[in-house]
Amino acid sequence: MSTEALDNTGARAAPMPNRAAGGGVRPVPFRGGGFQPRPVGLVSPLVFVALIGLWELGSRTGLISNVALPAPSQAFEAFLDLVRTGTLWTHLGASLYRLALGWTFGSLLGIAVGLMIGLFSLARAGLVPLVSALFPIPKIALLPLFIIWFGIGEGSKVATILFGTFFPTVIATYGGVDNVDRNLIRMGQSFGLSWLSIVRKIIVPGALPAILSGFRISVSIAVVLLVAAEMIGAQHGIGAYILMAGSLFATDQLIAGVAMLSVLGLTIAWLIGRAESYFLKWRR
Amino acid sequence: MELVLRDISHDYGATQVLRDISLTIGAGEIVCVVGPSGCGKSTLLRFIGGLERPDRGEVLMSGEAPAGCLNPLTYIFQDFALLPWRSVAGNVSLVLEDRDLGAARMREIVDDVLARTKLSDFRSAWPRQLSGGMKQRVAIARALSVSPAVMLMDEPLSALDAQTRELLMDDLVELSSRERFSACYVTHNLAEAVRLGHRIVVLSRRPGRIREIVAIDMPLAERAAHMAELERVQRDVWLIMRDEAQQADRELAGVD
Repeated sequence: MSTEALDNTGARAAPMPNRAAGGGVRPVPFRGGGFQPRPVGLVSPLVFVALIGLWELGSRTGLISNVALPAPSQAFEAFLDLVRTGTLWTHLGASLYRLALGWTFGSLLGIAVGLMIGLFSLARAGLVPLVSALFPIPKIALLPLFIIWFGIGEGSKVATILFGTFFPTVIATYGGVDNVDRNLIRMGQSFGLSWLSIVRKIIVPGALPAILSGFRISVSIAVVLLVAAEMIGAQHGIGAYILMAGSLFATDQLIAGVAMLSVLGLTIAWLIGRAESYFLKWRR
Repeated sequence: MELVLRDISHDYGATQVLRDISLTIGAGEIVCVVGPSGCGKSTLLRFIGGLERPDRGEVLMSGEAPAGCLNPLTYIFQDFALLPWRSVAGNVSLVLEDRDLGAARMREIVDDVLARTKLSDFRSAWPRQLSGGMKQRVAIARALSVSPAVMLMDEPLSALDAQTRELLMDDLVELSSRERFSACYVTHNLAEAVRLGHRIVVLSRRPGRIREIVAIDMPLAERAAHMAELERVQRDVWLIMRDEAQQADRELAGVD
């Protein structure tokens, strides 16, 4: 027996065995916890600010050559130039118009076709192989064809985005319909609900979570295709602006353009998040 | 209204499920169907409500459904089958919306059934906020809202813990003494069967045939006070079932 054990017997009524040596009383080691992401408020803006701050500092001190990478302040200056000359709205407006038109119609068509595949065996048999065959084709490769079909103007660009959005939406939608709890459908039938009611009140809301997460993917695809299409043949638009800046080696403008895309992506992701918390408020 | 089952037989592929089931569910009668697992109890219930068709035999309704009955054969499911995107009241009104009742009448029915199942305070709660017992009460309210002639209950209490099961059993007994509904109650729990059944139909192992029908004459409301007698009935039913259950158990382990 060690002296510590003797001390314990002196202090307490019941003798406490040695805490340190093997076999004595000791706390059960804690092995739980972790694997549970929790929101940490200010971290993400701080990371952004720190990164941009370091970059600015590097440029100012000459550590980062201006030829290799312009300072954030220079990029911001290029952006302010855009605002002052008013061309910002020409570019941004053209891009947003194409994006909104292409994505909206692509999504609507995709949801319609996805529901058909989910609901009708004939549509499923006929369309699923087609979707699988066409989905992996990079839509930008078809842009020349689209230009012939829909004209060099807005038509071809909107069509590229529309097709790019359409396929992932179809897949997300019919996957969502397939995952609707069959018991709920059976319940609807057992209460004599009409076919349309079952689709409207049970199947569509049940597939909505999958459709909304499909939106996250289709929007990113749409932005990528937008820029690609605008780089190939457009006078205005963020893609055209970036391409022009690139060919003039105006790297400050290039960074400004890319930053605009990034902000666009963030904004859309935020909007979808809002839509999710509104439409799926029953979840949590 | 009466339900008559005539010579029902059914196979799933090579698996024989049910053989020659003939049974009558009288008006105001609760018939409990018990049997070893996999004997086709739930399948039988789906035939009775017209969710599936038997290979042979037929299910007949005789007599008029009571006045005001919107959905004569109404299910209560083991997993409650509530729409998670609808509130308690919304889940009840779901089954009324296709019926051209008018908003006022619909609201009246919803209020009434929620009051009868003691859910009035929870009308705008989401299903995820409710306990299992509460969810099943919502499902019962939903079933009551269409004033069924026959309730088809597929192990309605099996997903609940023992205490909740007791509470809901009391609720069902109280409800049946007030409304005199008829029901086909499928369960594997013999204690539920002897508490709620006017007759207990014991099915054999697969393929399910009727082994025996045990009638219990005691009114449901008095049963809670006569547990000892019920215990005896329960033991008798168990003795009938035991061999079947044992062999069914071995069969599954051996074949599958």
